[in-house]
Amino acid sequence: MQSTIDPAEVAKFEAMAAEWWDPTGKFKPLHMMNPCRLDYVTTQIAAEFARDLTGPAPFEGLRILDIGCGGGLLSEPMARLGATVVGADAAEGNIKTASVHAEQMGLEIDYRCTMAEALVDEGETFDVVMAMEIVEHVADPQTFLTACQQLLKPGGLMLSSTINRNPKSFMVAIVGAEHVMRWLPKGTHEWSKFITPDELQAMTAETGLRNVDRKGFVFNPITWSWSISDRDLSVNYVTASVKPGA
Amino acid sequence: MDNPVSEVQNRRMTHDADILIVGGGLNGPALGLALGDAGFTVTIIDALPAGARGEDAFDGRGYALALASQRLLKAIGVWSAVGDHAQPLLDIRISDGRAGEGPGPFVLEFDHAEIDEGPMGFMVEDRFLSRALLDNVRAHPKVTLLDGETVVAQKVGPASVTLTLGSGKTLTGSMVVGCDGRRSGTAERAAIGRWGHDYGQTSLVCAIDHALPHNGVAHQFFMPPGPLAILPLPGNQSSIVWTETHEDAARIQALSDAEYLEVLRPRFGDFLGEISLAGKRFTYPLNLTVANSFVADRLALVGDAAHGMHPIAGQGLNAGLKDVGALAEVLTLAKRRGEDFGRIDVLERYQEWRRFDVTSMVTMTEATNRLFSNDNPILRGVREIGLGVVNAMPGLRRGFIREAAGLTGDLPKLLQGRQI
Repeated sequence: MQSTIDPAEVAKFEAMAAEWWDPTGKFKPLHMMNPCRLDYVTTQIAAEFARDLTGPAPFEGLRILDIGCGGGLLSEPMARLGATVVGADAAEGNIKTASVHAEQMGLEIDYRCTMAEALVDEGETFDVVMAMEIVEHVADPQTFLTACQQLLKPGGLMLSSTINRNPKSFMVAIVGAEHVMRWLPKGTHEWSKFITPDELQAMTAETGLRNVDRKGFVFNPITWSWSISDRDLSVNYVTASVKPGA
Repeated sequence: MDNPVSEVQNRRMTHDADILIVGGGLNGPALGLALGDAGFTVTIIDALPAGARGEDAFDGRGYALALASQRLLKAIGVWSAVGDHAQPLLDIRISDGRAGEGPGPFVLEFDHAEIDEGPMGFMVEDRFLSRALLDNVRAHPKVTLLDGETVVAQKVGPASVTLTLGSGKTLTGSMVVGCDGRRSGTAERAAIGRWGHDYGQTSLVCAIDHALPHNGVAHQFFMPPGPLAILPLPGNQSSIVWTETHEDAARIQALSDAEYLEVLRPRFGDFLGEISLAGKRFTYPLNLTVANSFVADRLALVGDAAHGMHPIAGQGLNAGLKDVGALAEVLTLAKRRGEDFGRIDVLERYQEWRRFDVTSMVTMTEATNRLFSNDNPILRGVREIGLGVVNAMPGLRRGFIREAAGLTGDLPKLLQGRQI
């Protein structure tokens, strides 16, 4: 890891890392959802690249980009499974926070404060590009997804998760999560930027990717846990697509 | 094109083992094997020196393994060495009794023929189970056993736990599991408090040879001082567990073998013919001790360390093996997702899984013990009606049989005999 952090700032980012990684803290909703997201991500990658998740370091040799990596909640598990991980985030604070935490965990992850388009310009390519909970935050989803497609090697796998746009998702993701439960700061999401699964898959197809799967992430308020659903994509969902020409 | 990090090793921190297990009794080795099979590296720290467990001669201690526990032992590869020495439990008879009178009029009978899964469980001697577990541990490439070592300090860091041993050696792992019994030092060092109380009773344990065959039938008599269980071992041998007040138990334990037998004999009558002692005599003071939390950051408690219970229903080891199955499954799934498996939010999944089961067991055990361990004629009437009602209703009885076999609840995969 490149140590670009000013020693005076380390304590601050350690505190931020502690906050990002506190399962009961500010990022609790992400932590609760993470096992479910990881189940999907790991299963898809293992299927695409014929890896055995029960064996040691199953993702060894795979180069994975976690775009919009935040504090590294997905980057770290991928590194632990043996992948070579680049975590990218436009927010410098996130990159420093994630770097400090990876250091504490003894994980080698290449965190960079950059954006998808810049990585394309640098000629970077990956076996897997993960754009989880990010599409709803970018300025122009089609441009962003095109950049992701360009970052994939032929035969590479693109995973995107976001939030559907309908009255239910408005109630759940904005009224429920931001206003009632206060899980997320108010203004975290803008409902008009939510995308339906059909719209997202039309856009990924437009970039030249072949859509291979889509599933819902469903929160059960009784068991207080998330699960993967084949049918219920009404709020949170994820798609998988492959770049042809392996 | 250059990939700047592709040449470097992405895991820099190395631990002595992924998981450190404190305690080399039964749960510790069973958990070690289940985790080793799942690809974790494990170090088990046992306070007893090598050779102290699983001695050659029968010492009189045995376990009533529920069917689900037997399936777990099968799944971790231990059963093949134990099965030949195990006695299937075909029938359980429960009755109310008073010394000198034999069983009361209402006998509650659970026959394994009423459920499809086979025998309700197996009686296994401690020496065969301990030896099989330790033999497998020693042969397992992922599991290391350190015997004759005690833990004197434990320190939790952001990504690891460090144990300091009595010998001065230190060990680091991603997490520690306390399988170290009712007075768990692992729990104490983590400042996890306990709740519970003394029952004012002591269990007396011995094995007997008897003239007549037991036909695979286990008996439980509810006597005023406490329950007496006769559990069939292979051949014409049975394990006896009976409970008396602390004072009476101390007095009986101090008697000669012949006098001891004279006290024991009238308590269950003569249906097994002439009896004599086989092996040693043991006493276990009974107390309930439940940890205030089963987990902390990078720490989990298993078996008696989490919940030491009155052994009235023989559920101590069975409950411990359920913990083993649940914890192994939670950790294995977390590892396959790439999660940091020692983190508190991962370990809380184990606690959530086991909490309901343990709470209902503690409640049942408390209630059963208080209802049965007395000579109050009103309560005695209620008991007899209760036992009679259960006996008259096949559906209810099948429910109890499946409960005794450990087949109820949200069972971990290993206890269904499946791999994780």
